[in-house]
Amino acid sequence: MSAVLDEHGHGKGGDHHDDHHHGYGGLMRWVTTTNHKDIGSMYLWFSFAMFMVGGVMALVIRAELFSPGLQIVNPEFFNQMTTMHGLIMVFGAIMPAFVGFANWLIPMQIGAPDMAFARMNNWSFWILPFAGSLLIMSFFVPGGAPGVGWTMYAPLTVQMGMGMDLTIFAVHLLGMSSIMGSINIVTTILNMRAPGMTLMKMPLFCWTWLITAYLLIASMPVLAGAVTMTLTDRHFGTSFFNAAGGGDPVLYQHIFWFFGHPEVYIIILPAFGVVSQILPAFSRKPLFGYASMVYATASIAILSFIVWAHHMYTVGMPVTGQLFFMYATTLIAVPTAAKIFNWLATMWRGSLTFETPMLFALGFLFLFTMGGFSGLVLSLAAVDIQLHDTYYVVAHFHYVMVAGALFTAFGGVYFWFPKWTGKMYDETLGKWHFWLSMIFFNITFFVQHFSGLAGMPRRIPDYPLIFETWNKISSIGAFGFGLSQLLFLYIILKALSSGEKAADKQWEGADSLEWTHLPSPAPYHSFETPPVVK
Amino acid sequence: MQHFSARKFGRWALAAGIFALVAAGSAQALEWNLPPAATKIAEDVHSLHEYVMAVIVVIFVAVFGVMFYSVFAHRKSKGHKPANFHENTTVEIIWTVIPLLILVVIAWPATKAVIAQKDTSNSELTIKATGYQWKWGYDYLKGEGEGISFVSQLKTPRDQIEGKADKGENYLREVDNELVVPVGKKVRILTTAADVIHSWGLQAFAVKQDAIPGFIRDAHFRADKIGVYRGGCVELCGKEHGFMPIVVRVVSAEDYTKWVDGEKKKLAALADDPTKTYSLDELKARGEKVYASNCVACHQATGKGAPPAFPPLDGSKVVAGPKADQIALVLNGKTGTAMAAFGKQLNDTEIAAAITFTRNSWGNKTGEAIQPAEVKSLRK
Repeated sequence: MSAVLDEHGHGKGGDHHDDHHHGYGGLMRWVTTTNHKDIGSMYLWFSFAMFMVGGVMALVIRAELFSPGLQIVNPEFFNQMTTMHGLIMVFGAIMPAFVGFANWLIPMQIGAPDMAFARMNNWSFWILPFAGSLLIMSFFVPGGAPGVGWTMYAPLTVQMGMGMDLTIFAVHLLGMSSIMGSINIVTTILNMRAPGMTLMKMPLFCWTWLITAYLLIASMPVLAGAVTMTLTDRHFGTSFFNAAGGGDPVLYQHIFWFFGHPEVYIIILPAFGVVSQILPAFSRKPLFGYASMVYATASIAILSFIVWAHHMYTVGMPVTGQLFFMYATTLIAVPTAAKIFNWLATMWRGSLTFETPMLFALGFLFLFTMGGFSGLVLSLAAVDIQLHDTYYVVAHFHYVMVAGALFTAFGGVYFWFPKWTGKMYDETLGKWHFWLSMIFFNITFFVQHFSGLAGMPRRIPDYPLIFETWNKISSIGAFGFGLSQLLFLYIILKALSSGEKAADKQWEGADSLEWTHLPSPAPYHSFETPPVVK
Repeated sequence: MQHFSARKFGRWALAAGIFALVAAGSAQALEWNLPPAATKIAEDVHSLHEYVMAVIVVIFVAVFGVMFYSVFAHRKSKGHKPANFHENTTVEIIWTVIPLLILVVIAWPATKAVIAQKDTSNSELTIKATGYQWKWGYDYLKGEGEGISFVSQLKTPRDQIEGKADKGENYLREVDNELVVPVGKKVRILTTAADVIHSWGLQAFAVKQDAIPGFIRDAHFRADKIGVYRGGCVELCGKEHGFMPIVVRVVSAEDYTKWVDGEKKKLAALADDPTKTYSLDELKARGEKVYASNCVACHQATGKGAPPAFPPLDGSKVVAGPKADQIALVLNGKTGTAMAAFGKQLNDTEIAAAITFTRNSWGNKTGEAIQPAEVKSLRK
């Protein structure tokens, strides 16, 4: 262990006994940096920028859907909006946000000086802006961005213009970035833990990321395969997904969801990790059932590879297929429920306070569980057939993606902001941010359960009159939610410029290494000599 | 504490206010549940949904009861001191087993519903539904009415969609030719598609079956109530995805027989003689109608299209070029684009008329009348 650390220290060449970075200044510092904290910050800022872009697209969608009829955009552009909103939010906003957390926290939490492959880490990040630009550029090529949905089902993809090709290349780049990031995380966690930091002593956040990284390595190449086959079907005369040439359009869906289902756990597992750090800290009580949390996370990850066809109940599978995927899917409720019970038991008889990070964690707990309930409804194949591709599904996945992953990311930023910057954010404004997000989120998405049950299909720019009320409420909520996020930006900028000094151990109940062994702000190189963990 | 409740009340009042305001602003009653079931299977599925929702409400109360109790009782501000327990194997086993048992209890009715939904045997009427961009084609393949075949598409006028006219009661859920089926008979729907994946969805029957190009899938229903049922395409299929509704009219056995007779007579009367020669004006007039129902969504009424995905016909090189090329393009479509192979959907006279119309409209002035026989000779 120490040999690895020594070698790494020498590899960086020279003394770094202080807080300052070395090498270039200005912009080139950020281009050339190999420091996990710099890279983590860039991931987080990039993710926030993409969150804003994807958010504007969501507002275009909601503005068009405010009233029946076509008012603001034409159907082609509407489809481009739904497609790009999905791709940008999933690959540009949520995933990079949690990679940002991983970069910042994993070395600090396991007592390492940096990530294992520092230069590859730089590359993993710098691929992202190019991928993001390709996605956005697709709007400006002939034919515009693809209007196929983020799932990019064949053979509709064959009809799209050049924007489809740009999107395919962007997906390739995003996949490369994710795989490199994952290799880095796995290597760091397995090789660079401080003496005494056994795997089963690691903070749960590191565990969830270790498992997520394996999921990424296993599933991203599958997506790359699917979009590559789409590319060759489009341009090189292959017929993977073209029945007329002996292919099968449904094959695309199988491949896509074999990636796509693990993908939703790639998004939510790190969020579980963040919540598992925040809840014990503000309950002033250790995490309940640590070992069972690790096992539950691993079981969810394994199960995630055998449930993909529950996204495809309507393609017409044999009855045995329908039943197998239904049973496998409902099984996921078991480890997930265990996690929720563990979190509740963590809070039980604690000494709770409700600072902003805790509020977001509780918001997560409440709304993610609601998303779990609608997931249980959707898992039943016969009921799913009534709800598939309706707004019920839209409501379901926004409960787990927005209230699950995004709320947790906000909670995480508030939680670690004092450690990252040495400054405190404005607690009152933070609480405002939480309550506004919470209320507007529910106004936006709760009513979509109703329009979905009543039969409103997703991805339509115009709708029958019976859905009008729900859509109006939803659109009002969406604009409120979107505007509330500007408050978040303001809080962060205000704290960066004039936040009060934060304590080394800002939160009374926080007990991982970054709080107990490092000052605030954390030094540029976290642990030059590894701490000894007992 | 009191302060907190007041704030909370304020929030709810605000939400309720927004809700009331918006609800008052829209004319329609609120639809917030699955539409009324018209088949036994749909009824079973709805009860299954209600059953699961009941289970969920119980879990909801239990889980969040614990959470909110803890939030109120175990707060530091009330001087609650933290306990230090962090493990209890018995409890952990119990709360793993309980969800498992709940799932087993749900699994039984869920399995029965899937098996019933998948049993398409012994149908009395078989109808093929073909998804096109963006309309449905129906062919009665087996049973009473065999041989009937028509295309069903959106009847809502463009003016209503663009806000130039008031929206009708069945806005976006009305079609020119409804699918008519007899009450109480088991109907098997075969789905397929000509271009991209569509999905034939009708909640009142608990049917949603993807229509996949090159493959045939099936679903079934036995409607037990006379009435009109409305649904639509539920798989993104391109720009007009939101505009290809499905309307099924369930009628009594006698009315169905009458409808079949009427359809057969209409079909015989409508059958165009592909050897007949028409005048330019006749073809243009007929062609305008064909164009309006088949071409206008992409190429637009102005003939300007929506480039680059949907090229203009006004001034187009293909339209001004040799007629054989244009006929072949319309018959066979163009792979890799939304241009469908209309040879499968339209007869020779309709294609001849539509092509004549495009070659003699807007800025196009070829003066040529394309005769059905020319189309017929170019069919492969």
